[in-house]
Amino acid sequence: MSFIAKPGVANPGLPKNALGLNRRDYEGSMSTLCAGCGHDSVTAAIVQACFELALPPQTVVKLSGIGCSSKTTAYFVAGGHGFNSVHGRMPSVATGANAANRHLRYVGVSGDGDSLSIGVGQLTHAIRRNVDMLYILENNGVYGLTKGQFSASADVGSKSKKGVANEDQPIDPVLLALALGASFVARSFSGDKEQLVPLIQAGLAHRGFAIIDVLSPCVTFNDHEGSTKSYAYVREHSETPVAADYIAPRQEIRVQYAAGETVSVPMHDGSSVVLRKLDPGYDPTDRTRAAAYVQERAMRNEYVTGLIHVDETRGDFHQRQATADEALNTLAYERLCPGAAKLGKILQEFR
Amino acid sequence: MPERHKTAAPRVNDFTVKFANVNGSGSSSANALVMKAIFRMGVPVVGKNFFPSNIQGLPTWYEIRVTREGWRARAARVDIMVAMNAETYARDVREVVPGGCLVYDSTWPRPGLLEREDIRTIGVPFAQLCNEHFEGARARTLMKNIMYAGTLAALIDLDLEVIRGLLAETFAKKPALVDSNMKAIEIGYRWAKEHFDCPLATRIERMDATKGHVLMDGNTAAALGCVYAGATVGAWYPITPSTSLMDAYRSFCARHRTDPKTGRRDYVVVQAEDELAAIGVVVGAMWNGARAFTPTSGPGISLMEEFIGLAYYAEVPAVIFDVQRVGPSTGMPTRTQQCDLIACAYASHGDTRHVLLFPDSPEECFTMAVQAFDLAERLQTPVFVLLDLDIGMNDWMAPEFRWDDAYRWDRGKMLTKEQIEGLAKFQRYMDPDGDGIPHRTLPGISPKASYFTRGSGHSKYGTYTEDSVEYREVLDRLARKFETAKKLVPPAVVDGRGAGAAIVSLGSCDAPVREALAALRRGGLAIDYLRVRGFPFGAEVEEFLAAHQTVFVVEQNRDAQLRALLTLETAADKQKLRSILHYDGLPMSADCIVEGVNRALDRGVAA
Repeated sequence: MSFIAKPGVANPGLPKNALGLNRRDYEGSMSTLCAGCGHDSVTAAIVQACFELALPPQTVVKLSGIGCSSKTTAYFVAGGHGFNSVHGRMPSVATGANAANRHLRYVGVSGDGDSLSIGVGQLTHAIRRNVDMLYILENNGVYGLTKGQFSASADVGSKSKKGVANEDQPIDPVLLALALGASFVARSFSGDKEQLVPLIQAGLAHRGFAIIDVLSPCVTFNDHEGSTKSYAYVREHSETPVAADYIAPRQEIRVQYAAGETVSVPMHDGSSVVLRKLDPGYDPTDRTRAAAYVQERAMRNEYVTGLIHVDETRGDFHQRQATADEALNTLAYERLCPGAAKLGKILQEFR
Repeated sequence: MPERHKTAAPRVNDFTVKFANVNGSGSSSANALVMKAIFRMGVPVVGKNFFPSNIQGLPTWYEIRVTREGWRARAARVDIMVAMNAETYARDVREVVPGGCLVYDSTWPRPGLLEREDIRTIGVPFAQLCNEHFEGARARTLMKNIMYAGTLAALIDLDLEVIRGLLAETFAKKPALVDSNMKAIEIGYRWAKEHFDCPLATRIERMDATKGHVLMDGNTAAALGCVYAGATVGAWYPITPSTSLMDAYRSFCARHRTDPKTGRRDYVVVQAEDELAAIGVVVGAMWNGARAFTPTSGPGISLMEEFIGLAYYAEVPAVIFDVQRVGPSTGMPTRTQQCDLIACAYASHGDTRHVLLFPDSPEECFTMAVQAFDLAERLQTPVFVLLDLDIGMNDWMAPEFRWDDAYRWDRGKMLTKEQIEGLAKFQRYMDPDGDGIPHRTLPGISPKASYFTRGSGHSKYGTYTEDSVEYREVLDRLARKFETAKKLVPPAVVDGRGAGAAIVSLGSCDAPVREALAALRRGGLAIDYLRVRGFPFGAEVEEFLAAHQTVFVVEQNRDAQLRALLTLETAADKQKLRSILHYDGLPMSADCIVEGVNRALDRGVAA
């Protein structure tokens, strides 16, 4: 249960990051999800990513809606504030929180029900506004807490545990985000930590709305033969045209890349993402062609994973609002209140 | 046949002019010009706009009550009708009191006018005069409005220099428009002087009763209050009649919260995709320590309820302005009512009760906006400011607001970094001071301050719980917190003590109630008055109800929602609370209160 605290003792030999914190310092309370749940692997990847980035825990703000995925914000970075809000409405809470303080890292965790059914409106508008946050969509095609109904991401023909095939068209969050002009769109698989951790790091470094659709199988209700969101199916049907490596600010690029096969994308915080083209014809900065690529592969029952689209040049919410550099929640009252003398002048216009 | 109108008693500085127009024709600026001219001549005015839910082409009316006594309600009479809309002509003529006056466009003579011989008819060929003096269809339409203002100026003796001054201010950046508008004024003015005895007996005489006052609508005043309260985040979904609140906030902020050199802003305005998102933004921003608000109306409240319950239970401050309009459902969006009292008091599922404030005027919209943020942060809960369309959108004469530069906002029990570092462990939902209010921390300050905010069951330590005892502990503390709120909301205003009968009312009813009280007292009735200004009700409301045998509860809805709240939330005997209800969507006037009280007490007609 999530109110069971984990033992606080850590092995003194654990590696430490630049802040002197170890990996355990980025964990949260004990998961209450089913054993083998893909979401727990995503949680572990977030912990790893934050540890490696050496983020001060209190600068991480964790937001979620309702559902299995939304519970996971309690399971990482205990030193950051968490907000488990209402079903499908996390994006608006994140927008308000970000409006109040632009200098924290906002990590939203949602699911396919929370994001694509009840919350599809809020998700789309957060993308439109380009709110600076990382939005992880833990996608399993099924409603777990209410015991196995199809979600809006279930593929046509995918079978429920009881053997019933879904007939409604799925909503693909990647295509949705591309259509809406999201500035960072990625897909990954909870079983592929090597791919997921650098994507999370890149998403955190991105200024603007970064969405990662993580295929995260539900072991209890959607991991059977005939499901297109099972571990086995996703493993067999994934294709990665571009691999992404996150390079921290001032860190030397040590990996040797073959000439012409990599693109380095500088992020606003001084870090960079090095993209390795596994498919030479793929260009992740071309939104239209990225969407066509994803769609073509979908027709062939293939999930495209990796960093599908990135555009670091688009202004985020605060740039468009021309907000002051200081966090609004730190502005002194004296700066915000025009005072008695100005009130007199203002009222003159109403005489 | 004798001209009966000539026997009408003169009503200097005490009459009502009503303008019947077509909406979208530009009439509102002409009407505002007349109203402001009277105000600048030192005579108190009340302006009421009756407009359709439409952009162009439907009937619209504007009423200006001239009141030397300084009453703030509308009068249930029309002395001068400026009938500029042929479509509503028949009903407009009927509304004029005997001895009154009708102004109309005689370009197209209307024999129907002669139906009433007890009023004076003033025909001015406005359209023809415009065609002769102005070029272009749009200019002719606009100038026709300005021209009737000129005619009216002659009839009620407005000072043309005052009008010229107002035009010069309005068109400071386009001096040519001052001349063309003034030309239209003078044409209308001269025609009236040449063809009729001017001024009428019903007219304006200069007074000195508007000094130190402003003409402002409540939405503008509330927006100004938000600026002075230090609110930095506004989120809303456009809805009549609350939209102008955010428009005003944005415009005040553009001038007073923007760095003139860099253009960088100390505020954010989010036009949300719907009201659910608007309140979500407010909850997120206030949870993160910025003062945030959303203006809305009844349909928006319905949509916000889930988030309101979350904010109540998770103890997140929020400020909601509900500019009430006629319900249920879409209702009549451009008409006024006080119909969301119960919806707001108990908004959301489960056991929830909320703090409400009831401003009666623009000055209280200003002060209560500031109070709402202090209360929301002090009590860590949503606070509703309940305006209505009448207060929110109509221009009211109000004493100039005052501001104390020594005021500082109350952030409530928000722990500083030093306080947090000094704690052994931060626990979110304790009751450290016995007033039901816990300590609160903001994200980003310290890893020791972190806690998990949730709408699911939680213990006083902030942990998830499904344990009965732990759940009740928090819920019972929330009830204690609501008791604390009783002492913090603005106390009721009481007028008179010791009478057997009393009126209890709220919000925009105050204006007609005050006028009715004067009439009833003049008629010999001893009657006291209490105006509630906040919910939950304080001890003074309880005492007042106990001290009177008969209490008339005056409010603007069908179901007696204030009376219902009084019966639920005080010990008052239900039988002695008698309703006087007004819910036709128009602002209330005093006569229905006077009649209601007299009928109930079986008295003859009061003064």
